[in-house]
Amino acid sequence: MDLFEYQGKQYFAKFGIPVSAGDVAHTVDEAVAISERVGYPVVVKAQVQVGGRGKAGGIKLANNKAEVLTHATNILGMDIKGHVVKRVWVECASDIAEEYYASFTLDRAAKQHLLMLSAQGGVEIEDVAAKDPTAIVKLHINPIVGIDEVMAKKAAADAKIPVKAQDGVAAILVKLYGCFTKGDCDLAEINPLILKPTGEVHALDAKVSLDGNALFRHPEWEAFRATEELDDRERLAREKDLQYIGLDGDVGIIANGAGLAMSTLDVVSQVGGKAANFLDIGGGANAELMTSALEVINFDTNVKSIFINIFGGITRGDEVAKGIVEAMRRVQLRAPIVIRLDGTNAEEGRKILADAGIPTSKLMSKPTMLEAARAAVDLANGKTV
Amino acid sequence: MAIFINEHTKVIVQGLTGGQGKFHGLRNRAYGTNVVGGVTPGKGGQDVEGIPVFDNVADAVRATGADASFVAVPPKAAPAAILEAAAAGVRFIVCITEGVPAQDEARVFATLQRDFPGTRLLGPNCPGIISPGRCNIGITAGEIAQPPTAGGRNVGIVSRSGTLTYQALFELKQQRIGVSTCVGIGGDPVPGTSFVDCLAEFQNDPETSAILMIGEIGGSAEEEAAEFIKANVTKPMSAYIAGVTAPAGKKMGHAGAIVSGGKGTAQGKMDALRAAGVKIGANPTEAAQLMAQIIAALG
Repeated sequence: MDLFEYQGKQYFAKFGIPVSAGDVAHTVDEAVAISERVGYPVVVKAQVQVGGRGKAGGIKLANNKAEVLTHATNILGMDIKGHVVKRVWVECASDIAEEYYASFTLDRAAKQHLLMLSAQGGVEIEDVAAKDPTAIVKLHINPIVGIDEVMAKKAAADAKIPVKAQDGVAAILVKLYGCFTKGDCDLAEINPLILKPTGEVHALDAKVSLDGNALFRHPEWEAFRATEELDDRERLAREKDLQYIGLDGDVGIIANGAGLAMSTLDVVSQVGGKAANFLDIGGGANAELMTSALEVINFDTNVKSIFINIFGGITRGDEVAKGIVEAMRRVQLRAPIVIRLDGTNAEEGRKILADAGIPTSKLMSKPTMLEAARAAVDLANGKTV
Repeated sequence: MAIFINEHTKVIVQGLTGGQGKFHGLRNRAYGTNVVGGVTPGKGGQDVEGIPVFDNVADAVRATGADASFVAVPPKAAPAAILEAAAAGVRFIVCITEGVPAQDEARVFATLQRDFPGTRLLGPNCPGIISPGRCNIGITAGEIAQPPTAGGRNVGIVSRSGTLTYQALFELKQQRIGVSTCVGIGGDPVPGTSFVDCLAEFQNDPETSAILMIGEIGGSAEEEAAEFIKANVTKPMSAYIAGVTAPAGKKMGHAGAIVSGGKGTAQGKMDALRAAGVKIGANPTEAAQLMAQIIAALG
């Protein structure tokens, strides 16, 4: 789960990381009120989860109330690469002497935490990595040892961060690591991490990605989930507790297992089609789950055909078939279904489907994944199969 | 021979009295696995269809001589359950639990490495391991796996995905190709056992003639496997990688299956494996067919 900048800054603040005084505004009036409270000059920043906000005109400096009015009016509702700005973050403008970069992530290959630190901040770290890889210090941290101020200060020195800023950077690194671990982040990144002319070090931006698996111990994350940028299909799927990702094709996909669902998208693409979604219904393909899945697929008006791809392991093919027949009684589908049922009791399952009296214009069975994908794509293209 | 487990492996089920633990533990026993005990704190002295339940792993190991554990407890409890088993001297732990936070997985892995280097963890979030006809720990439907033929050509399978593994098992069975061991390493960011661990074992396993590998997007485990194969694996291999069309930045069902910053793409993984001499199937069926050709060519 990716946080907006304002949420990331609020999250940072909980772990003692210094951020600029500011608040989030949904309206121009709120933006003005915040500006009056924190004092001018302020920066008005569009809250969207996409890079290039500055270039798009989504970040503006305002020296007085009139300027806040102008900028907040322009930025709220602005479209930045397909993301509509619903909120702005208004904060006290900072004087910047230098800009650095700091982040913690999990290095999956090393199975350790990874600190990346650079004296060249304020630009994309990928660009720094491409131009001058030696400008980034990478330090592996054993998850059961952690990082202390001594280690952090050495990293700052190795990154050629000037001596005057090293203590401040080290203190923030230790706090950022606390946020990353105790706060269950996949990524905790500050870019830029700034040195002010007054000598203080401070987080000017916040990029935080949270590990959804840790939701059970962070009830406070519910507020973040409420603002997640889901489309209507994804919101409906979440209500029904389904593993669903909306895509832009016209073949609706239902599969059991994440790997098989991914594989199904691939096979649809191999035969020239485009999937409308990813949907993993897991092991239990019973009538309840199948009904929920078909309701979500049916809600997507782009869907022209539905490909149900089930491999029976412990879930038996006959149970799956009964679930589908029952679900089709409950949901009035707009698009025809092509099903591939394989594995345990697949033959019994196919017989149940054949005997259910559903016309093949609404439900047809194909023996392999590839043949089923071809049929589903043909149907989506308006061909008869 | 099989890797990690065999017909002598004695298994306890942590969480045997819970829904998942009971369902799969009893299925594993029905398959022929030596399920010798269960562990549920506070329920010691009870039994589940004749399987004795203990309060803790140490008691269970003392009473039964178990050397493997099947962890089927909720995500909150899984890290402690794994470490408890390791501390009790269990050498092989299979954790099927889905939803364990990555921070916990990283800490558990580091703790095992430091304090219990002799213990191997498989998972979390994995389907488990099966040596067909001998031992099945986890959620694989045993009947879809073809037992190996003595002195014949048998395949070792290692996979990050559950259903795709079943599919591969099923297709090999239809062609009557035996499987020495099938290992599901799971789809999480910090798996206890990696592709490389399994490839090394299969390379040394006299019963395994060829290896089928199933990977997916995210991380660099397949690329590391490719490096290892180039240097160390002489047995022929086929592979399939899921997620060619997966959009960047989206977790595809598994916590670890995500293309981020242009890294971890299916194409990059296939290229790396192909360069290491692995035959790549465009879908799981094709990977199994390629394996059938490999076995036929071995004679």
